[in-house]
Amino acid sequence: MVSKEEKPKLFRDDGLRHDGRRPDELRPIKMQVGVLKNANGSALVEYGKTRVLAAVYGPREPQPKHISLPYRAILRCRYHMAPFSTHERKSPAPSRREIELSKVIREALEPIVISEMFPRASIDIFIEVLNADGGTRTTSITAASLALADAGIPVRDLVTGVAVGKVDGVIVLDIDEVEDMYGEADMPIAAAPSLGKITLLQLNGVLTPSEFEEALDLAMNGIQEIYKIQREVLKTKYLKAKVEE
Amino acid sequence: MSITPSSDYIIPKLKAETIVSLIRKGVRASGRGLEDFRELDIVTNYIPNADGSAFVKLGNTQVIAGVKLELGTPYPDTPNEGAIVVSAEFVPAASPLFEPGPPDENAIELARVIDRSLREIKAIDLGKLVLIPGKRVWVVWIDIYVLDHDGNLIDASSIATLAALLTARVPKAEVEGEEIRVDKSEYTGPLPMNRKVVTVTIGKIDKIMLVDPDIEEETVLDTKLVIAVSDDERIAGLQKSGMGALDKNEVLKMTELAMKKGKEIIEIVEKSIEASTRGASAEQTARKSREDSEDTDMKGENEEETSQ
Amino acid sequence: MGRKKAQSENRELVIPGQLIAEGEFKVATPNYIYRVGNRYYSAVVGLAEVTEDSLTVIPLEGFYYPSPGDVVIGVIRNVGITSWEVDIRAPFPATLYAADFLGRPINPAKEDLSDYLNIGDVVLAKVEVFDRTRDPILTTKGKGLGKVTKGSVIEISPVKVPRVIGKKGSMHQTLESETGCRITVAKNGRILVECPNKQLEEIVVLAVRKIEREAHIPGLTDRIKEFILKEKVRRGLLGGEQGGETEAV
Repeated sequence: MVSKEEKPKLFRDDGLRHDGRRPDELRPIKMQVGVLKNANGSALVEYGKTRVLAAVYGPREPQPKHISLPYRAILRCRYHMAPFSTHERKSPAPSRREIELSKVIREALEPIVISEMFPRASIDIFIEVLNADGGTRTTSITAASLALADAGIPVRDLVTGVAVGKVDGVIVLDIDEVEDMYGEADMPIAAAPSLGKITLLQLNGVLTPSEFEEALDLAMNGIQEIYKIQREVLKTKYLKAKVEE
Repeated sequence: MSITPSSDYIIPKLKAETIVSLIRKGVRASGRGLEDFRELDIVTNYIPNADGSAFVKLGNTQVIAGVKLELGTPYPDTPNEGAIVVSAEFVPAASPLFEPGPPDENAIELARVIDRSLREIKAIDLGKLVLIPGKRVWVVWIDIYVLDHDGNLIDASSIATLAALLTARVPKAEVEGEEIRVDKSEYTGPLPMNRKVVTVTIGKIDKIMLVDPDIEEETVLDTKLVIAVSDDERIAGLQKSGMGALDKNEVLKMTELAMKKGKEIIEIVEKSIEASTRGASAEQTARKSREDSEDTDMKGENEEETSQ
Repeated sequence: MGRKKAQSENRELVIPGQLIAEGEFKVATPNYIYRVGNRYYSAVVGLAEVTEDSLTVIPLEGFYYPSPGDVVIGVIRNVGITSWEVDIRAPFPATLYAADFLGRPINPAKEDLSDYLNIGDVVLAKVEVFDRTRDPILTTKGKGLGKVTKGSVIEISPVKVPRVIGKKGSMHQTLESETGCRITVAKNGRILVECPNKQLEEIVVLAVRKIEREAHIPGLTDRIKEFILKEKVRRGLLGGEQGGETEAV
């Protein structure tokens, strides 16, 4: 493990980031929906090397029944990292980080699910991080949102996530793991892009108020770009269907 | 797995409606201003066995933060730094909603938010906590104990943590080659601190922001934003907590308000520590003179006893 | 009354959060459209239909949400003392009371419900009651309702049911007349198929799957007609010759 004191070069001599990106550039993003047969909805999303699978079951009867609510569906959300997803093998037991992320991801999706439509039911969202290279929670939210739409669960909007950061004093978009580890700030953010509502916002690191505003703007722009890809992937599933001979 | 909470503090609908309609008029049920913190009491050096501690009462919310320094091995990627570990316990005594057992997602979130607020900004000067480079360092264990839940546990805990850290002391440790002897009865000096940080929690109902929500306000809020503010006027952490959503302008307004309130709270903590230090040295003087006079009394008693 | 403005072209593929129209409209499918002020948004991935005064979104993915009056095909999941628990592919299990099924009160001490309907049995029933506060209750009082003993059950996505029925039942009619099978399409995405022979049943299954895949592409009814014809030719079933087990060519 590289010591924090032996920091790698985060910016190249040509001014580009260590992986050749401009500060406002996203990693290559790939998305697919309907990848699992059993789940009611599913999506596989990649931001660069970070790869996340999201599956949605529901609305269905919750087990045990008593956790249900009489006036709306409950959401159950589990964020989990596969043992082989990180540099060093991660124990399958839920870590404190996974517990916190399960909570903030659920809270990022709650405002958009029209849960009053299904009293006493449960909508279950299972997120599996298959490969982690920074921004796993925001990639997860993007994937979970697609999986909800794929399951036909009525939602007010999609939710799109991206992590911005401050690296060597520069505010950058879509940080990867190296930039997260050695940078000065890591700010994951998710928003419902049509509604303009932020549903996840965290900051690990330090920013001045003006850096924060710059980072917020950069993130909201990045979110709009990623949203376009989400839209495409939902529409493509149907537009591509051809009449068979 | 995180589940939509179903056993939140339940207040009668009519009461909830009153609270909301008052807030919409800019008034809080308790008479507090929208930007006011509740009454804040801080007692430092509260736990004799801890290396640093503080008891905080924020309105009716009561928490204790205890700091203990123990020997440990440094993290592999920071061999020349001490370490911090933050955990929180929501004891069942504190609320009918708390069940015995391992920390739930709320306790874990609280601990991690406070941990992050101290880490990146390097509030504690971890470089000064090394005993044998690469091998033995001081680990600063910060344990937050929530004793009574009346809302805004995060800010109360953050204030207690700051007060405990600012009054914590490093135990004496003698390094002899590869061996270290720790003498907990003696302290070498205060815990080295670089920065002071507190969290300020701001709740939102419709478009109205309120600072330091109490437990009833927490049940009617749309959502909360926790902002960690440092004494050098930077944002040292953020956590949107709860089920609602915020637009960009609301976020900017809330952080601006938090920067202002955070500064005020840090000043209150500093003043409180100053006052108790003065009080402590005044006490020492008083104790010394009592001891002197006690010797006389005890002598007097002995004489009395003998005479019986 | 505000100015009406359609944002979506007819039969346009819409996604959640997409603005469909602005103004005063009647919402034909309230489960799939939500309204903020006088703006209407889609809540699902589907096809939007906008007319002079009404909005419809036909979802392309989804699940069955019961409505009183729906005819459903249920599978017995559990046998109770005075009722059965029935799986109707909804978020909640449905209940069928023995008194309703048998048309008379029963004596739980003397009678065992599994004698009448057991786990795995199939029933054709109607949703009698369903509201926010309790699980659906079924009734089998009605023509053709009750235990199903013959035929095969196909499961399809419930959102495709309207397509299998077709406009004014045109697709359903085509399927029945071209195959000679009796086909009951239930709202909850289950189809009961009774055919003169296994081959025809297979053709129905394939045709239904094709409808599912191409539901959103126009001209489907004609294509299905052609498809069934082709399949019958392939299996040598045309002209009513040897309606039995003929070797597929």
